[in-house]
Amino acid sequence: MSDTSTIQGTAAGAQEAQFGDYFALLKPRVMSLVVFTALAGLFVAPVAVHPLLAAASILFIAIGAGASGALNMWWDADIDAVMKRTARRPVPAGRISGEAARDVGLGLSILSVMMLGLSANPMAAALLAFTIFFYAVIYTMWLKRATPQNIVIGGAAGAFPPMIGWVVATGHVSLEAALMFALIFIWTPPHFWALALFMKDDYSKAGVPMLTVTHGRRVTRRQVLVYTLLLAALALGIAFSAIGGPVFLATALVLNARFVLGALRLWRRDEVQAGADGYRAEKRFFRQSLYYLFLHFLALMAEAGLDRAGVTLVEGW
Amino acid sequence: MALGRDHELHTRRRSRNLGVGLVLGAFVLIVFGITIAKLSSGQMMEAFDHTIRPSLAEQDK
Repeated sequence: MSDTSTIQGTAAGAQEAQFGDYFALLKPRVMSLVVFTALAGLFVAPVAVHPLLAAASILFIAIGAGASGALNMWWDADIDAVMKRTARRPVPAGRISGEAARDVGLGLSILSVMMLGLSANPMAAALLAFTIFFYAVIYTMWLKRATPQNIVIGGAAGAFPPMIGWVVATGHVSLEAALMFALIFIWTPPHFWALALFMKDDYSKAGVPMLTVTHGRRVTRRQVLVYTLLLAALALGIAFSAIGGPVFLATALVLNARFVLGALRLWRRDEVQAGADGYRAEKRFFRQSLYYLFLHFLALMAEAGLDRAGVTLVEGW
Repeated sequence: MALGRDHELHTRRRSRNLGVGLVLGAFVLIVFGITIAKLSSGQMMEAFDHTIRPSLAEQDK
């Protein structure tokens, strides 16, 4: 494109993309969760990392996650345009072209992987590269439109950051890293299906095979309960692992009791009841799921902090 | 087509250009910081420079 056409094209009324639009391509809200969980993984690991290298590594993990978000927005622009929740994203809104989103995504993917390799180690960089590939190709391009199990398997992409954080510090994957991965992996289905229960028109309009659309809402409510029970068992199990402890156990007991009760409430309700109160229980369960993950990881960090300070709350734990 | 310094295009793209500039500046600082952190933690940064030097020779057992 020549300078002349750029000037004329934009002067003719097309919206000029601002810096904030490019930033929005990186899904800042998802990035904030990635920053937090990666930081938790790094902090919980038993190896100290230079603070500046730790901060830089977290930044590059976040940029890698953002890059996969941009690739997702490029590929899914047609779906995003149909759904109310996503219609105002920069690509469907016409502020950034699909090609530009793709180029930003690819460029930042390469940059973030290379820089993580420099600031941390090759293993962490390889895991980040795999995470981007998993989210952009396996989830976005393949599973999302192909199977109602899309978010179950796709949830793995969101589960990698704490594992990468751990690998930044230690250089290898271990059981503790796998446990943190599993916590987010099992948490994702109830979190997303609760959202799908009250955003019901969106996914069916876009033709995304969400479980609510393909198997019905009764099955979805049952699946939410099944995954919540699995999640509770896992969370309580983590309390007795090397990264757990009494603080984590107390946190997990309270949060999982509430979460299981919430899932039971959703399971008992039908669409008439849910419709009558505007999906109040479903919305509450979804909000609760956000606190659930945040507080569990905070408890893991508290355990690591107490450990480093030499504080023992329960003798022999 | 020559653009005047105060062409309307510049005003429209000011936020974008400013953002890109700041990001590039931050990137330079980060790379510098990483280098200093790696060096100060004692990691080897010595590359092969096509001449023989004592550190390349095998140590006597």
